[in-house]
Amino acid sequence: MAIEVRIPTILRNLTDGAKAVEGKGGTLDELFTDLDSRHAGLRDRLVDDKGLRKFVNVYLNDEDVRFLGGLETQVADGDNVTILPAVAGG
Amino acid sequence: MRFDSLLDSLGRTPLVGLPRLSPGEDVRIWAKLEDRNPTGSVKDRPAFYMIQKAEKEGLLTPGCTILEPTSGNTGISLAMVAKLRGYRMVCVMPENTSAERRQLLEMWGAEIISSPAAGGSNEAVRVAKGLAAEHPDWVMLYQYGNEANALAHYETTGPEILEDLPTVTHFVAGLGTTGTLMGVGRFLRERVPDVKIVAAEPRYGDLVYGLRNIDEGFIPELYDDTVLTTRFSVTSGDALRRTRELLEQEGIFAGISTGGALHAAIGMAKKAVKAGERADIVFVVADGGWKYLSTGAYGGTLEEAEARLEGQLWA
Repeated sequence: MAIEVRIPTILRNLTDGAKAVEGKGGTLDELFTDLDSRHAGLRDRLVDDKGLRKFVNVYLNDEDVRFLGGLETQVADGDNVTILPAVAGG
Repeated sequence: MRFDSLLDSLGRTPLVGLPRLSPGEDVRIWAKLEDRNPTGSVKDRPAFYMIQKAEKEGLLTPGCTILEPTSGNTGISLAMVAKLRGYRMVCVMPENTSAERRQLLEMWGAEIISSPAAGGSNEAVRVAKGLAAEHPDWVMLYQYGNEANALAHYETTGPEILEDLPTVTHFVAGLGTTGTLMGVGRFLRERVPDVKIVAAEPRYGDLVYGLRNIDEGFIPELYDDTVLTTRFSVTSGDALRRTRELLEQEGIFAGISTGGALHAAIGMAKKAVKAGERADIVFVVADGGWKYLSTGAYGGTLEEAEARLEGQLWA
């Protein structure tokens, strides 16, 4: 078992076109670092020196990680992580 | 109930319990029926407030043109008010919205400018801002950044909920402009200790998120994440499933975004049951299902309906 991470279209150039990739780690931060070791440049598109980038939304099992623990959110095998760009509604 | 005109009848919508979908006596789910507004959606409230504010400030005078980026409901509400008040209405709407929304807009006399499907409402906002720059005499009310949007809910929706249900513990609504959540959320937070404010954000297919740079995303100016307790991303599959459950078990015929809010409300209900806590969870029925009949959301299997909805904006 691993953590499944869904990748938005705009970032699939970093995952050889894959819609989802797998990774491991105890926190979201560790997961992104693990992913970056196989998909170089991915972490930099998601995170800057202040944390998650402004227009990047990350969901752990459909819940926005900004309301969980940000990059320090605990993750575990079997979890689903979804990355999406911020969009308008209304 | 008697009113002097249609606009005077706005708001004061029913709050109805869901006896079958609620887990039990201690954890109850309540639907705020915003489809019972003049044009059939929650957006009548902010539309009326935004126009009234612009009139008071002298921005809008008879004969003016109103411009607004909208995936439908706000445009429909604005078009209705504009027609009654003598304004011209121009909507910028993504091309991947339901046929009924276009028909309703045209019915109330709005002109529609289509924005590309790819990029969804982000594109509509971009196109509208361009048009506003080209036509400085047009008045863009701009629901994403207009304080009157949230104020409508702070002054009307929030107080109605608290009056009808003083024991409210949770408020759940769809996240679009964020106006409903910001307005009701602030009102309840000031008056109900530990109230939980929960956002249900629609998750679409890839097309809607577009291919533009991730640094060009969009966050409504009204959004203040400190008002929220948490925020869920709801897939179209989950939203459809809940929309149908609401119809089959409680008899409420609602639009698809309502299914998204109900999904989050049921999630919060389960959490409360697990924690052994009492809960009165209010969620917003943003509109009825009429405008989505052509999307095939209510017929065939869920899988078929989900496939038909791919690439469509349903909130």
